[in-house]
Amino acid sequence: MSTRPRPFFRRRKSCPFSSDTAPKIDYKDVKLLLRFTSERGKIVPSRITAVSAKKQRELARAIKRARFLALMPYVLE
Amino acid sequence: MAFYENVFIVRQDVSNQQVEELATRFTEILESGGGKVEKTEFWGLRTMAYKIKKNRKGHYVMFNLDAPSPAVQEMERNMMLSEDVIRHMTLRVDELEEGPSAVMKFRGERTRSYGDRSDSGDSTSRTPAAPPAVASDAPAPAVSGEPTAAASETPVVEGDSA
Repeated sequence: MSTRPRPFFRRRKSCPFSSDTAPKIDYKDVKLLLRFTSERGKIVPSRITAVSAKKQRELARAIKRARFLALMPYVLE
Repeated sequence: MAFYENVFIVRQDVSNQQVEELATRFTEILESGGGKVEKTEFWGLRTMAYKIKKNRKGHYVMFNLDAPSPAVQEMERNMMLSEDVIRHMTLRVDELEEGPSAVMKFRGERTRSYGDRSDSGDSTSRTPAAPPAVASDAPAPAVSGEPTAAASETPVVEGDSA
């Protein structure tokens, strides 16, 4: 909003899947999905990744599908 | 007719040829039910993220289908009966994707090229250099392997005749 830096103010990041050039969420695209999982293999909450609620549901579904097919781990140790 | 995507994983100690035979068998089952396989993709022997039935690796095969649901169900039933298929998943999709899937584009480094990967992905911007590198080095071992085998055979034949 304003150009002057304010304490505790963080510019709202936009959803990485909502622009026109955004990648399509696909369970086969493991490299993309891995960016949205933690070191342990957990799905990162959308409040951190700024994925919109709708896309987060889609993303979670894709990750779970990839896990089922052993393309991605359930747990990374 | 509806569109489906099917991925199945075959045991690791099955040969590539047998995997292709399995794929053609499932294709035939599907076609006898009035369906059509739009695309078959062999992802090769991949290391799985976790063990399934004591298998560390598995042959992945993907079908893009345009088939009525009874045909798909019949194919799935046969997949479940098959001992070699350790896992499968069928999804109904609104439309089938064109060109090679994401797996073929990015995971080309280790997989063997016994599938159709002639047209490498130019639609996405990420790692465009990977598919040509695979296409160039994958046929090379096969081509170099055959002449040496043929070359080693010919001297033996000549020696016998002399």
